[in-house]
Amino acid sequence: MGQTLAEKILASHSSKSTVRPNDFVMAKVDLVLGNDITAPVAINEFLRLEAKKVFNKEKIALVCDHFTPNKDIQAAEQVKYVREFARKHEITHFYDVGLMGIEHCLIPELGLAKPGDLIIGADSHTCTYGALGAFATGVGSTDMASAMALGKAWFRVPLTQRFNYTGKLKLFVSGKDLILYTLGVIGVDGARYQAMEFGGKTIDDLSVEARLTMANMAIEAGAKAGLFAADKKTVAFLKSAGQNVAEIKPDPDASYYKVYDFDVSELEPQVAFPHLPENSKNVGEAKGIKIDQVVIGSCTNGRIEDLREAAFILRGRKVNKNVRLIVIPGTQKIYLQAMAEGLLQTFVEAGAAVSTPTCGPCLGGHMGILASGEVALSTTNRNFVGRMGHPRSEVYLSGPYVAAASAVAGEIIHPKEVL
Amino acid sequence: MTITGRVFLFGHDIDTDAIIPARYLNSFELEHLKKHCMEDADPSFAAKVKPGDIMVAGKNFGCGSSREHAPLAIKAAGISCVIAESFARIFYRNAINIGLPILEVSLEGLVKDGDLISVNLENGTVFVKDKELKAQAFPEELMAIIRAGGLINYVKKELKAGETYAK
Repeated sequence: MGQTLAEKILASHSSKSTVRPNDFVMAKVDLVLGNDITAPVAINEFLRLEAKKVFNKEKIALVCDHFTPNKDIQAAEQVKYVREFARKHEITHFYDVGLMGIEHCLIPELGLAKPGDLIIGADSHTCTYGALGAFATGVGSTDMASAMALGKAWFRVPLTQRFNYTGKLKLFVSGKDLILYTLGVIGVDGARYQAMEFGGKTIDDLSVEARLTMANMAIEAGAKAGLFAADKKTVAFLKSAGQNVAEIKPDPDASYYKVYDFDVSELEPQVAFPHLPENSKNVGEAKGIKIDQVVIGSCTNGRIEDLREAAFILRGRKVNKNVRLIVIPGTQKIYLQAMAEGLLQTFVEAGAAVSTPTCGPCLGGHMGILASGEVALSTTNRNFVGRMGHPRSEVYLSGPYVAAASAVAGEIIHPKEVL
Repeated sequence: MTITGRVFLFGHDIDTDAIIPARYLNSFELEHLKKHCMEDADPSFAAKVKPGDIMVAGKNFGCGSSREHAPLAIKAAGISCVIAESFARIFYRNAINIGLPILEVSLEGLVKDGDLISVNLENGTVFVKDKELKAQAFPEELMAIIRAGGLINYVKKELKAGETYAK
């Protein structure tokens, strides 16, 4: 019997020809990732292990992106701790302010996640790299520490659910809408401990960036990984990152725990209501909800295509006087590209604040915290209680088109209504 | 060994932002994490919780972020065991790795805040009033990590045995 993408990759990294769901494997990893919040805990555990050195200094990535540029003294101490470890162990892929980008925007851009790779990261959104055909999954700091020493980790082979999408997407509908809609159908534990595999004609037509947005939110269904076949688009995307890779896809006779077939030709832009990402509805149902702040950015929607979508709406328009719009390009390269295309000028002229790359407001860290009773519309990934600030604030989630249009209107609105 | 403790009852989909809000992740000192544990779900939790108390929840406990600060905060608060209908994957893995006892079994409708219940961690049995409930057994591979007292002790043995990958 054939294998799913997840099974293929776990088998190839544990020297087995095939693996089956629920098998335990000890598998070699191609990349171990951590950030300024999770790496300090991992470094402490690494010291407890009494390992003399890391397994491979080129296969560890430390990206200081969450509370950076340092938001306070304690955050500064944590980054310092990571920096000193990186220097001591001569970690090749250490990214500090100035070079740093939001990790899940940066790693694909650097060509560090490739089709068929097995990647673990002490950050739940590590699943983003599934868009490139990698098996990538979030772990905690102790797992990260252990993998930094051993270069391997244990995995339980997950069952795979297959999601097929057909139909041409309407204008203003993209990857974020597809994944919010999917979460609405299966719920926040709809793929708990399982792999999600995305495909179908709509996905073939989707850009790699939109696939990254979808894979990014597989964790919001509780999934261990969210995978896409690597096709010509993936190969071209990675070529621009300096990597020559081959296409990979699941076996035609792979066995799936569940298969969903969605015709998305009539899908409307989606908005997830507080306080779970599964509360997605058509944007029309959110019409008129007043907002205080809009954030466009994050590992979910901080890529150049997202900024282009936002700028398309904002060009020649002004942000509503009752709204604070914060735009955060995901990496320095994206920042430069947005500058070259005139997008940053569009944002500033519209009355938006443009920030250096940071996870900042997405997790209520810094750079745009909400007060009690405030409402935000955000292109980020979670809208849990207190996620972006005060426990009595509220977060709605959407893609960049809806976010930008709503910033102009001062309330949640369909983009076609502001054009 | 049987533990007896007071129940702190929570609902479904308790996320890691509720367990330890990200605004407190600028430090991983246990005293700091303990002080803010469950703050956005129950602001009085940290003041009320006593060593040995037991946390009971619904499905998908610990969903969201990978922050190990979440199980660390619960452990630092003195919680002896978390019992949930189901756990989110990363939280489940983290709890085992750091040695926070967890049991997967539904106590829905059986307990309320403040009830005294007992748990036998060795055989995964929960005693509620006159009822005995059996938790989902851990696979043998995970029992090895649990017996070692967590992943670090488990891996230490492997490192001592010289098992590591060069490239």
